[in-house]
Amino acid sequence: MSFSRRDFLKAGVAGIAIGSFPGLAFASSELVKKKGQRVVVVGGGFGGATAAKYIRKWSKNKIEVVLVERNANFISCPMSNTVLGGTRKIEDLTMSYGTLQKKYGVKLIKGEVTAIDPEKKKVMLADGHLSYDRLIVSPGVDFMFDKVEGLDAKVASESIPHAWKAGAQTVLLRKQLEQMADGGVFALAIPKGPYRCPPGPYERACQVASYLKEHKPKSKVLVLDANPDIVSKKGLFMAAWNELYPGMVEYRPNSMVLGVDVATKTAKTEFDDVKADVLNVIPPMRSGVVADMAGLANVDARWCGVDFLSYESKVHQNIHVIGDAVSAALPKSGHMATSQAKICAAAVIEMMSGKPVDQAPVIANTCYSMVSGEEAMHVANVYHFNAEKMAMVPAEGGGVSATRSEMEGAFAGYWLKNILNDVLL
Amino acid sequence: MISLRMLLVVIGLGLCSVAQAAGVDNHARNMAASCSACHGTDGYSEGGMPVIAGMDKKLFVTTMKDFKSGARPATVMHQHAKGYSDEQIEMLAKFFAAQKRK
Repeated sequence: MSFSRRDFLKAGVAGIAIGSFPGLAFASSELVKKKGQRVVVVGGGFGGATAAKYIRKWSKNKIEVVLVERNANFISCPMSNTVLGGTRKIEDLTMSYGTLQKKYGVKLIKGEVTAIDPEKKKVMLADGHLSYDRLIVSPGVDFMFDKVEGLDAKVASESIPHAWKAGAQTVLLRKQLEQMADGGVFALAIPKGPYRCPPGPYERACQVASYLKEHKPKSKVLVLDANPDIVSKKGLFMAAWNELYPGMVEYRPNSMVLGVDVATKTAKTEFDDVKADVLNVIPPMRSGVVADMAGLANVDARWCGVDFLSYESKVHQNIHVIGDAVSAALPKSGHMATSQAKICAAAVIEMMSGKPVDQAPVIANTCYSMVSGEEAMHVANVYHFNAEKMAMVPAEGGGVSATRSEMEGAFAGYWLKNILNDVLL
Repeated sequence: MISLRMLLVVIGLGLCSVAQAAGVDNHARNMAASCSACHGTDGYSEGGMPVIAGMDKKLFVTTMKDFKSGARPATVMHQHAKGYSDEQIEMLAKFFAAQKRK
């Protein structure tokens, strides 16, 4: 007996997981009944949550927005290094998606996308699908564990955390730090760029040192950097290490960690083996793998090429990519993800109503790094769209703090408050 | 009876609002949206950085130009101010001045 499409429907198989067979998408059920024009946003981090909110806000609620997010809550990566230093708890960085739903009418689906069908304009989840007119993918980063022998997602979640997505691993790393004996070695491995948050690893070295200085002053922070030099705010970080934590932070450039021995917490570089008491390996990164479900990672099979007027993918029409996953000469930061999200949100609204998009987007970025419990410093820049290069290019005048200060430490805290409000409230 | 002249004025107004809806105003709004990480949504800061929603237009422009020239010292704003042309500063000033103070 031939199994026709009609038979298949008659068989009542709607709702089964058919994610790996997008051609059979007709058999699954629509998770949220589509009424008018709809944007589906995949990923509720800084980029995705901002896009969802601003499409509702700027379209005056005319466009339906369905946000798909696998985590129950939003946890901020920015400032999560202070959980290691001890001035914040992970709860201080945790926010609900409730206001996005209640105040802005964003429809939240907690779950994971299993497939994307760009032709039929559907995203598949385990228990059904969502149709869209336009799709925004904000997948953040995923880790290339295969580049570090002996490391995988399970090892990272249990014993050698990367803690490069704020959450359970941040808490685990803090716990390991608390359990370490005085005189121990905290080894931190930094991957080759591009990676999420360029100054982040160096800030982490400061926060760990800040904790150790107070509680375990005979201990050491060993920084194994795959890069030839400190990637961001170099002079400021070196000053912080030398002046605030003299003799405590040892920095080794060109030290790519190629493998780990889990049992002995040993990091293996090209040149030697380094045994640590707490081992924190940040693996190389790529766009979140959701991007692969529609073949969006077209740059080095790693990052997603986009049109910077709309963040529409270079691979598929009607699919936009924002945030860390984008291939651009822009820092992979929380502020940058929100800035991209707003340009994308504005363009999506214009495109869905047949209007021209902003032809000269200008966005800004400010990143604070906490180098102790109180002091911070920043890097800031404005970026303009360059029509000749079809790219975002830095404007004149950007730069870093003249010096770290307590005033900027206070500003960093208010930056967090204001940006979280802007994204979620 | 509606005169031809009045009709043209009405049509003209209609075209004008269409042109605005097509992105002239949105460019300033989009540009201003990037400021909210520090200054709050639409300039309504929740603390620390100053509220710039409802800020006097002229004061906004002179403050930004003083940041740009270095006449007014800052931790970060001198770097941001240099990233905008005088025309863009005018657009930002107009956008934030139009936000009602809460």
